This record gives sequence, structure tokens and C-alpha cells, in this order.
Amino acid sequence: MINEYDISALIVTIRLAIVSTAILVIIGTPLAWWLSQTKIKFKVIIEALIALPLVLPPTVLGFYLLITLGSNGPIGKFLESLGGNSIAFTFSGLVIGSVIYSLPFVVQPLQNSFSSIGRRPLEAASTLGASKLDRFFTVVVPLSRSGFLTASILGFAHTVGEFGVVLMIGGNIPGETGVLSIAIYDHVEAMEYSQAHILSGGLLLLSFLLLICVYVFNRRFSILRSAEK
Amino acid sequence: MIECKIKVTLDSFILDANFKIPGEGITVIYGSSGSGKTTLLRAIAGLEKNQNGFLKVGNLIWQDELNYVETHKRQIGYVFQDAALFEHLNVRGNLDYVIKRSSGLSKDYISSIYSLLDIESLIDRDTKQLSGGEKQRVAIARALLVKPKILLLDEPLSALDLKRKNEILPYFDSLHTQLDIPILYVTHSQDEASRLADHLMLIEDGNIIGNGPVNDMLTRFDMPLSHSSNAVSIIDAKVIGRESEFNLMHLEFSGEQFIVPDNGLPTESLVRIRVAARDVSITKKKQIDTSILNIFPAVVEEIVPEGRAQVMVRLKMNEVVLLACLTNKSASILQLENGLSVFVQVKSVAILS
Repeated sequence: MINEYDISALIVTIRLAIVSTAILVIIGTPLAWWLSQTKIKFKVIIEALIALPLVLPPTVLGFYLLITLGSNGPIGKFLESLGGNSIAFTFSGLVIGSVIYSLPFVVQPLQNSFSSIGRRPLEAASTLGASKLDRFFTVVVPLSRSGFLTASILGFAHTVGEFGVVLMIGGNIPGETGVLSIAIYDHVEAMEYSQAHILSGGLLLLSFLLLICVYVFNRRFSILRSAEK
Repeated sequence: MIECKIKVTLDSFILDANFKIPGEGITVIYGSSGSGKTTLLRAIAGLEKNQNGFLKVGNLIWQDELNYVETHKRQIGYVFQDAALFEHLNVRGNLDYVIKRSSGLSKDYISSIYSLLDIESLIDRDTKQLSGGEKQRVAIARALLVKPKILLLDEPLSALDLKRKNEILPYFDSLHTQLDIPILYVTHSQDEASRLADHLMLIEDGNIIGNGPVNDMLTRFDMPLSHSSNAVSIIDAKVIGRESEFNLMHLEFSGEQFIVPDNGLPTESLVRIRVAARDVSITKKKQIDTSILNIFPAVVEEIVPEGRAQVMVRLKMNEVVLLACLTNKSASILQLENGLSVFVQVKSVAILS
């Protein structure tokens, strides 16, 4: 029933989701921290920019990425001038697209969780001799466990589920950029409903389970918090 | 000696604090809410960013025109109003947080702090299982593990009910006697101030309006506390003997003796007595047939009107200053005037330690 193409799509999808989530957490954490602490005026502009993928049709984002990353685009040209290749229609291009597309799903839960810590635990840590970086890793990170978990799960799930961006800049190359959501589309196009069923059902179940995880963890944390008060 | 000349600007509030206080004992910073007392404490800790000035604690300069030592390098003990224990760590984790970061803490020092605040029984507990008073004890122990040059306490009792307050107050007494670092204690409670302070600093609308030994600040007529309806004076005394037959003990101060109910304090221990101005009456001749035990010779120093029907009288008994609140009528019958020798009768006292 499941052919080689489906297996490779599954592997590419999971690889893409893991790599993207890792990059998202690495760049999303400092970004979210900065947003939670800063008082500068143009903060709302940055927040709106990060939130754009929530409302923008993915094809629009994919289109602009294709323009900038392709061999005629500014970034594509720059990369080619360095002797490399354009990254449109490559796995790297897909990762860049996913990271931008899923950024709000990682930054927002982190930012909320950082803001809810308040300044008190950090001030206490500084009076106890902890430097700025020390305070971040020994106070902020452990107090934001649920935020990190929610952010990672949402980033992962959202990357698994994306279609429009991938369609525009991925090109559906088996083993390189061919992902599950496109494989489903291909099966439906080819009238292979039973295979589309298996993949769709699998994704549905996975997404559902991941969301249950998010809610269970957030509930556990909110119960713990309210129990103290 | 602590020298401070700091200006903090918040949104619509300016704190302008310029003072010198002794480098030992408890200095209570007393003021109503919104007066800037917590802001002052935070500025001393380096937690207020929008500030400038000069700060010297002992021989360490933490702040001047050129330098600003950051909070984590200041070696301060800071106890927040809500204790601010780390929720993600248990009691031991909270204490270890400091031990890991300060070099050269001897085992002896650590265990002396633990026994000072009775931490041993709490050490494996989760911070969420502690009562308010226990949280504060852990917070104080955690602050002392920093080996601070100064201990800053921000209304440490205000979140506690009366029972918890009474549980934790004795710990402050032992901090007082066993630590040789200066303690700054912020409060809006006159009770706590008169019980704990050696030195009292009064703050109002962001300005220091008075700063001196506690009884001076309580009894000087140019200071607001002497004009409140619950004006008090403080006398530091020593237990010198008891009358077991009547369950009384004798407290010596400035050559005189107070006779008070025996509360079990050992002989030779130092006690602080608080006398409310309205519990003090004045006679011209020493009364003999009276139920009042505590009668002392005194000299009237100053009299000021208090409201429409009363006067506040400041009296001197040798080295000790006492306030008495009388009606206008009594003052006029007695023909009270500055320099007059009289007798004071003290109806009741509170023993504070």
C-alpha cells in the first residue's frame, strides 16, 4: 500500500520538522526574550512582522521566498556569487521557508511565558550573585518549561502540516523536498484515495496527539501555579 | 558608616535620598506607602536603573560619577516582601543557588546561618509547602549566605498575619544580636519600627525628613511620629531582679527601676520597653496612695498643643526621654512649664523583647 515515495516523504517531513524546530527554538528564544523585556516604541512593528504568517496565505510567503532565494533573487545571486547554488528547490530552502512560516508559533508562546515570570525572580537571582546569562539559564529557562514545550510542539506540528510554502519553493523532489502534505495531494490527484487516507489519517492523529500534549502540559503547569496561591 | 546620595526618577515620582547612617545595628526606614522607602532600598541594591548619585557602604564604593557596581557584584542580602523564593527549586535548591555562586563559604558559616533561622527542619521541603513565615526564614537564610556587607529587608512581615509575625520577630532579634553587618529594614508599621530600630530614618514623598537614634525620632516635636495619636517612647533597660512573690521583675534604666510582670527573661538580659504617651500621667507631688508602681522624677522639656483639647509633653528622666499626652485642662491645673520638676506615673508598658 505505502510505496517508496511515501516513505521518503515521511522521512523528509520528519527531518524538516526536527531541523526547523531546532532552528526555531534557537532564534526564537532570544527574539522572544528581547520582545518580553524591551520597551522600545517600534516593538509592535516587529511583533506584527513575526505574526504575519498567521494571516498571510502561505502561497504569498512562498512566492516572495521564491523570488528572493531563486537564482535571480538578491539572496540567490549573492549565494551564487560565493560559488554556491541557489537554495530554492533544496532542503535548505525548505528549512528557511518553514522557519519563517512557523516563527509566530514559537515566538508567541515563549514571549508569553517569559513575560509571566515577572521581574521578581530575576531580581532575586541578581542579589544572589547571578550574572545576566546565568540568570537566564538558571531562572528563566526552568520557569518557562511549559512555554518551551508548547513552542516546540507547535513549531514541529505546524512545520509538518505546511503545504503552500513548500509547494512554491520546494518543487517536490523525492528524498529532498517531497513532503507528506504534498504526497497526499499527489495521491488525490492520481485518485489513490486509500493511500491518501493512510497518510491523512496518520497526520490527523499525530497533530491531535501533539495538541493533547500541549494542553496536558499547560494544564499541569497552570494547576501547579494556582495550587500555590 | 553608610553614605548615600541617590536620586531616582520614576514616571511621576522623584526620590532624593541624601543621608549617612551607622554601619551597624538596625536602621528602620519608615514611611507610608508610596513614600519611596522600597524604591530607596532597591536603589541601594542596584535594582533601580533610572538613578544617579553616590553610595558607599563601609569602605566599598558601589556607585559614584564614574562607577556603577551591578547588583550581582554588590554582595548584598536582599529579602523581598514576598520572599521571592525560586518556585522551580526546593528549599535546599534555593540555598544551594547561593552556595554554588559564592566562593569560600565555610561549612561552619553555613550551619551557623541554618541554625540561626532553624532551617534544618525545612531543608527538604518544597517551597510551595512553606507557610509565609517559613518562606521568609528561608529567604533571610538565603540572603545571609551571600555573606552580605549589608542586609536589606523590604517589609518582611507585611504579608504575614499576627501569629506568623510573632513567630518570626524573635529571629530578627537574634539577627540583631548575632550579625555584625548593618541591617536596613523597611516598614510602614510603627510597631515594628519601635521594636527593632536602633536608628530610625523617616521618609515622606521621596525625601528623607528625619534620621537619628530611634527614641529621638519618636519624641522630637519637629518629627511627625510624636504627634500621632499613638505616639510612644522607647526605653532600653536591663533585667536586674525579680519579686517572685508577686511574679514581677525589675528593669533598670538610667538609675531608675521599672516594675513589670515577669515574662521569664533571664537576669542581665537587655529589654526594650515601649511606653505609650497616653499611658503616662504627671503629678506635681509624688503620689503615695496609688496603685501605680512606676513613678519617676522627671523634668518638663517642652510642651506643644495636640489637637484642640490636648497637649503633648516631652519629659526628661536623667538620660531618658518620655512623652506624655495630657488634656489642656490638666496641664493648666498643674501649671506645667518648661523646666518644671514633676513626677511621671506610667500606667502600663509593653515589653518588646
